[in-house]
Amino acid sequence: MLYNEPSPLEVKILTKRFGLENSESLDTYLATDGYKAFLKAIEMTPEQIIEEVKVSALRGRGGAGFPTGLKWSFVPRTSPKPKYIIINADESEPGTCKDRLLMENDPHQLIEGILIAGRAVDSHKGYIYIRGEYRYLIEAMDRAIAEAYSRGYLGKNIQKTGFDFDLYTHTGAGAYECGEETALLDSIEGKRGVPRMKPPFPAVVGAWQSPTLLNNVETFSAIPAIIRDGGAAFAALGPPKNGGTRLVCLSGHINKPGVYELPTGFNLLRMIYEVGGGMRNGKKLKCVVPGGSSCPVLKADECDIAMDFDSLAKVKSMLGSGGTVILDEETCMVKFAQRIMKFYQHESCGWCIPCREGTTWLKRMLDRFHSGGGIKSDIPLIGELSKNMLGRTFCALGDAAAMPTISIVEKFPEDFEAHLNGKPCPYQHASELAMA
Amino acid sequence: MSDQIHLTIDGRAVTAAPGTLVINAAKAVGIEVPSFCYYDGLTLQAACRMCLVEVEKTPKLQVGCTLPVAEGMVVHTDSPQVHEARRGTLEFLLTNHPLDCPVCDKGGECELQDMTFRYGMGESRFLEQKQHIDEQQWSPVVFYDKPRCILCYRCVRICDEGMGVKALGVGNRGSVSVIEPNHFDHLECDECGMCIDICPVGALTSGTYRYKTRPWEMKHVGTICTHCSDGCKTTLGVRNNEIIRGNNRDRSGLNGEFLCIKGRYAADFVNSPERLQSPMIRRHGKFEPVSWSQALAAAAQKLNEVKARAGRFAVIGSNHTSNEENYYLQKFARQALGTNNIDHHRTGDVATLLDALSGHKEALATTADVYDRKAILVISSDLSQQHPFLAFQVRANFRHHAAHVYTVTPGPVREKDLAVQSVVTTPGNELKDVESLREQLAKEPELVILFGDAIKGEAVRKLVAFGDSLGIPVKYVCLVDYSNSRGASDMGLSPDAGPGYQAVNVPGLAYDEILAAGNLDVVWVVGANPLKHASLASQNALVIVQDLFMTETAARADILFPAASAYEKHGTVTNVCGEVQRLKGGVQVMGAKPDLEILGLLSKEMGVNLGIWSADKVFEEIRQNVHGYNIPLPVLATGGAVQTAPVNGHVPVSSRPELIQSARDTLFTSGTLGRYSKKLNSTLEAPGALYAERP
Repeated sequence: MLYNEPSPLEVKILTKRFGLENSESLDTYLATDGYKAFLKAIEMTPEQIIEEVKVSALRGRGGAGFPTGLKWSFVPRTSPKPKYIIINADESEPGTCKDRLLMENDPHQLIEGILIAGRAVDSHKGYIYIRGEYRYLIEAMDRAIAEAYSRGYLGKNIQKTGFDFDLYTHTGAGAYECGEETALLDSIEGKRGVPRMKPPFPAVVGAWQSPTLLNNVETFSAIPAIIRDGGAAFAALGPPKNGGTRLVCLSGHINKPGVYELPTGFNLLRMIYEVGGGMRNGKKLKCVVPGGSSCPVLKADECDIAMDFDSLAKVKSMLGSGGTVILDEETCMVKFAQRIMKFYQHESCGWCIPCREGTTWLKRMLDRFHSGGGIKSDIPLIGELSKNMLGRTFCALGDAAAMPTISIVEKFPEDFEAHLNGKPCPYQHASELAMA
Repeated sequence: MSDQIHLTIDGRAVTAAPGTLVINAAKAVGIEVPSFCYYDGLTLQAACRMCLVEVEKTPKLQVGCTLPVAEGMVVHTDSPQVHEARRGTLEFLLTNHPLDCPVCDKGGECELQDMTFRYGMGESRFLEQKQHIDEQQWSPVVFYDKPRCILCYRCVRICDEGMGVKALGVGNRGSVSVIEPNHFDHLECDECGMCIDICPVGALTSGTYRYKTRPWEMKHVGTICTHCSDGCKTTLGVRNNEIIRGNNRDRSGLNGEFLCIKGRYAADFVNSPERLQSPMIRRHGKFEPVSWSQALAAAAQKLNEVKARAGRFAVIGSNHTSNEENYYLQKFARQALGTNNIDHHRTGDVATLLDALSGHKEALATTADVYDRKAILVISSDLSQQHPFLAFQVRANFRHHAAHVYTVTPGPVREKDLAVQSVVTTPGNELKDVESLREQLAKEPELVILFGDAIKGEAVRKLVAFGDSLGIPVKYVCLVDYSNSRGASDMGLSPDAGPGYQAVNVPGLAYDEILAAGNLDVVWVVGANPLKHASLASQNALVIVQDLFMTETAARADILFPAASAYEKHGTVTNVCGEVQRLKGGVQVMGAKPDLEILGLLSKEMGVNLGIWSADKVFEEIRQNVHGYNIPLPVLATGGAVQTAPVNGHVPVSSRPELIQSARDTLFTSGTLGRYSKKLNSTLEAPGALYAERP
C-alpha cells in the first residue's frame, strides 16, 4: 500500500508499479516488463553486467554511497567457496522508510535485482535480512518468494536458463547496529550482532567466511531498470557519479510528508516547497536533516543545495539513506539533539568504549541540559565529547551519533544558551518532535 | 634481512617481520602503546580504542593492535592527537567506573589505574549519576563486579579460546552490557581463575583473595605448583605467613599466564588446621606429642638397632618431595640402611620409555614442543583434567599453529573438539586404535605423542616402534601424575634402579611387595599414603612416617614426623616433560620441617655421614651423579626450566609394569593434598570425573 499521494515532480523508475492494482503480485510484475532484465542478464557475461552497473553510476542506497558496480567487482567470482548475496533490509535509520515500500509494493523487482546480482557474482543463495520491527514485511516477502518459486523464477533452473537461485528471508531482532554490514553478518550467522573487523571486507570474507555481496534493498531494486534500459539511461537521470533516482523520505514539519522518487541531485528547497507542499502552518524553516539522523544538520540558509553525495559532502554533511527531516522554527534543537542521542545510546552495541560510554554520557547530559540543569561548560563539552567519539569508534555508529550532535551545537548555540540557568525550554512543541 | 619490514615509530627506525602488529613492533623497541583489550595470544578485538596511533598519510587515527606493519610506514605514538585520544578514551572509561580503588583488590596492580595515572586527565568532567549493578558471585572462585568492568572481553576470550570452556559470554547491549556466565547465573567450568588474572581491572575477583590484602603488602614468591606433574610456575602471594593467592600474571615460567585452580587457589592446604605440627610417638596405642630431639633419637635408635641385627627395612618415597629429598632418601636407604627395598607410587612408565628410546636423539618432548610441534597425539589421558597445562598448550598450538590433534582415549575428552580425529578406545586396545591412525600420522611432518598409564611395559616399546615406523620425527611424553613423580623415578626411588637409572645388584621389594611382606622390621614412609586402600602385612614392623597430615598411613605410624610442604622449602622438582625447576619456599608452618632436614637430622642422630643436607649441596651431588641432571645452574637460579638429558643406554625397567597406575586425579582432586584444600572441595564440580562430557 502507499502512504502518500505521488508528486508530479517524481521520476518513477523504481516506483513505477506503485499504485497499480496488486502491484506486489507476480502477474502485475510480468505484465509490466517484469523479469525481462533477468532474462537479458542471463545472455550477458558477468563482466558485462558489472560494467553496466558501473556505467549506471549507481551508488549504494544504504547510506555510505559506495559505487555499486565497483563493490560487485570485488567479489572473487572464481572462489571455490559458495558466494552469498545478502540484502540489507534492516532499514533502521531514523527518518528513513523507503525500503519497506519497495518490498511491500514491488517485491519482485527486488527479487529480480537479486537474481541479476547472483548472475553477476556467481552466487546461488541469498538472504534478505529484514529489520526486526518490519515483521509484517517478512510475510509479504515470503509470499512473493513463494510465488516466484511456484512460477519458476526462483529455485532450480530458473525459466530454463540453467541458473539456480535460492532466496530466504531472515529477521533481525531489532538492533540498529545489525544494519551495519558486518554486524548483520554476525547476526545472520546466529551470533551477537557486533561489527567485525575490516579488512577483510565482506566481499572476500563475509557470511560463513565466504565471499558475500551485501547491498541495500533500494540498490538491488534499481538493478532491473539498469539492465533493462541500460546503465547510461539510469546515469543520465542524476548528476555525474550520482546515477539514477532516489527514494527520498520527506518527513517533519511539512504539509505533504511521504516517500518520493526524485532524481539524484534534486534541489533541497524544491523538495521542501514543491514536492513536500511547503512548511506546515506557514512556519519558517529552521533546519534540515538531509539523509537520516546520522547526518550533520543543515541550517535554513544552507538548504539551497543539490541532493547528491558530492554536493552534500562539500557542506560537510551526507546524503545518507534518504531520510530527509524538515524542522521548523519552533523546534528545540537541544531536545532534537537529545532525541537523536537517545536513539544512538539505545542502539550502541556496547562493543567499543568511545561509542558505548560516549553516547551514554551525552544522552544523560543532554537530558539534564534540556530539563534545565545545564551549566555553561556543558555546551563546549557536548562538542568535545562528540569529537572524542568521532573517528575513534569501531564502526560508524559512534560517528553517526557524533556528527549531528557536533553540527547542532555548532550551528545552534543560541538554543543551548537559552536553556541555561534553569530556564524552561523556550520552544512550544519541544515534545512533539518529528522523530519519535 | 630482505623479508623484513622497515618502518619508523616515533622517529626510530624499526624492523619487524611481515604481519607484526604495530603495537608489538613498538613494544619490541621499548615504546609502549597502551591497550586493554589486546592480549598476546588471544584473538584481536580492537574494542578498547586505547591503542590508537597516528600513521602518516592516513587521516584517521589507526588501531595499533590490529594494524600490521607496512614498508615505509611512519607511526607516531606520542603526538598530541594520540594523547588526546587516550585521554578521551580513559575519560569515557571512568564515567561509569566506581573509582573504588581504595578497597578494590586490583588497586596497585590495576591496568586502568596505571593508564589513568600515565595518560588520563587530572579531573573528571562527568556530572551525571553513575550506573550501578550489584556484585555477583558466580562460583566459589569467581566474583563479578560489573561497575568496574571495562568490557575488554579478555575473560570471555581466555575462557573460550585458551581454556576451551566457553563459560563466559556477553549479555545486554550498549552501556549496560555485562559479562555473564553462559550457564544461567553460575559458572560450570574449570574454576581455573584465568579470567580473574587476565582481567585488567578489578571486575573479576577471586573468592580466596578478595578483600584480604593489598598487593603491595604481600611477599611474592615464585615457585612451582606442587599438585600435578606439569610443573607450572606460580607466584605465591604471602601475607603474614599465609599464602593468599597464586598467580602468574607476569607470564614467567614455562606456563606463561596459565594456571589451573590448583596452582592459583589450592595452596590453602598449607594452613589447614589439620596440619601436623609436632613429632609424635605412639605409646600404649596412642600418639603422644614429643620434641623433635626425642622423636629423632627414638627413630635413630630403632634404625640402628634393626641395622645392627641385620633386620629388614623398607622405604616408600613420595611423588611430591623434591629431587634432593628423594635422592637423599634413596641414599639413606641404600647406604645407611643397606636395602634396595625402596619404591614409590609409580604413575607412568618413564623407565621403559627411556629404555625404548635408547639411541634416539631428541625424542623427549618439552612443554614447549607441545605448543609448537605440528601434530599431537594424546593416548589414554583426559588431558584437560589430568594435565591442564599440557591441554592448554595443545589448544594454543591448535589456535596459533593449526596443529593437527589426534586423540585415542577411553571416553570423550575436550580435545576432541579440535581433533582431526578422535578415537574412543577400550582398555587394552589403545595401540590397535593408534595403529588405525597410521596413514594420517605418517603424513604429518612431525609428531608429539603423549601417553598415559594405559601404555606401560611392552606397550611402550610397541608405541616407540610404531613411532619409529612412521618415518617422521616423533617426540614422547610419558604422562605421570604428581609434581615430582618424574623426579622420584629419576632419583632412584625404585627397587631395581638407583639414581639416573643405574642398575642395582640385587633388586629389592617393590611397592606392593613391601605392603605384602610379613617380615619387615621397619617400614619408613615419606610423603606417601600407601595404606589408604591397603594394609601392612608386617604387623610388628616399626612404622616411621613423615607427612603433612594424619593420613591413613600416618595413623599407623609408631614415630611420626611433621613434614613441610613444597611451598615451605627450597629444592628442585622435575616435571612430566623432564624439565627441572626450582622450588622457593614462601611460608613456614610452625613445627614442621622439610623432609630433607628430617632425613639429615636422622642420619646425624644415627651417626652416619650422608653429606650435608642442604638443598644446594645435595643438588650439586645430583648434578654429578644422576645422569641428565648436569644442567646449568644459572638457568635454574633465575627461575628457568631445563630439560634433563635423556639416558642414552639401556636402563633397568620394572618387571612389574602392572604396578604402574595413575591415581586418576581430576582437576579438582589432588591426592592427599586435595583432601585438605577447602577450595578444591568447595567447587560444584568436585570431585569431577575423567572422560565425562561437559555441557
